[in-house]
Amino acid sequence: MNVKQLAEELNLEILTEGDLERDVLECYIGDLLSWVMGRAPEDSAWLTVMGNINSIAVATLADVSCIILVENAALDEEAKNKAEMHDVTILRTEENSYSLALKISELI
Amino acid sequence: MSNAIHLHYEVSADDFTRAGEASGSVKKRLKSLGYNSDAIRRVAIAMYEAEINMVIHADGGYCDVDIYPDKVEVLLADKGPGIPDVDKAMQEGFSTAPDNVRNLGFGAGMGLPNIKKYTDEMRIETTIGVGTNLYLTVNVK
Repeated sequence: MNVKQLAEELNLEILTEGDLERDVLECYIGDLLSWVMGRAPEDSAWLTVMGNINSIAVATLADVSCIILVENAALDEEAKNKAEMHDVTILRTEENSYSLALKISELI
Repeated sequence: MSNAIHLHYEVSADDFTRAGEASGSVKKRLKSLGYNSDAIRRVAIAMYEAEINMVIHADGGYCDVDIYPDKVEVLLADKGPGIPDVDKAMQEGFSTAPDNVRNLGFGAGMGLPNIKKYTDEMRIETTIGVGTNLYLTVNVK
């Protein structure tokens, strides 16, 4: 399943568009950036509440398929700009990580 | 070795918005040179943690990268306050980062332990009041 299909299936708001055709192979949840950076698998959907500029750097370094901001977490403006510059896809939902991850596990 | 590719970056003080530019750029370069993705990931993560450390604790500094066919060597040098107790700083969970940094998702005391985890060699030279040099090597094989 690719990022675009995932966004459609789960009714996720698209905040920035990177490569929407990219496959999502796994799901990872975490808010502590140092932790996430070392452990989030490549090609995963990363569920977090951290919508700051450092999240974009972490997403790029860990090479995740997309960031999904859960519980309507805010994305700040400079993070949005940086995501657009680096082609990082950011999606958003009002659901929490647990319920969203359950749905993702059924799709991927 | 004379066949190294040498890269140099300045790391700005107190500028989280630019932290990650050096590591991101090295990552791209290694990718274009065809290095394996595991090595690229390890170099990028170690460098990013070190950059963040320089932004949080020191007044920025610079970063020199030498890319060899079989390894990547990185020097991160700052003129910060130095590390009073390196053993303590190497413990997971030990942090002296201020609260505003924690709110950004850092400051959990994972920086140096992460760097050690992702590199094959790590050496710290630090002098109180003078600064810190961090030498990293990631083998590519």
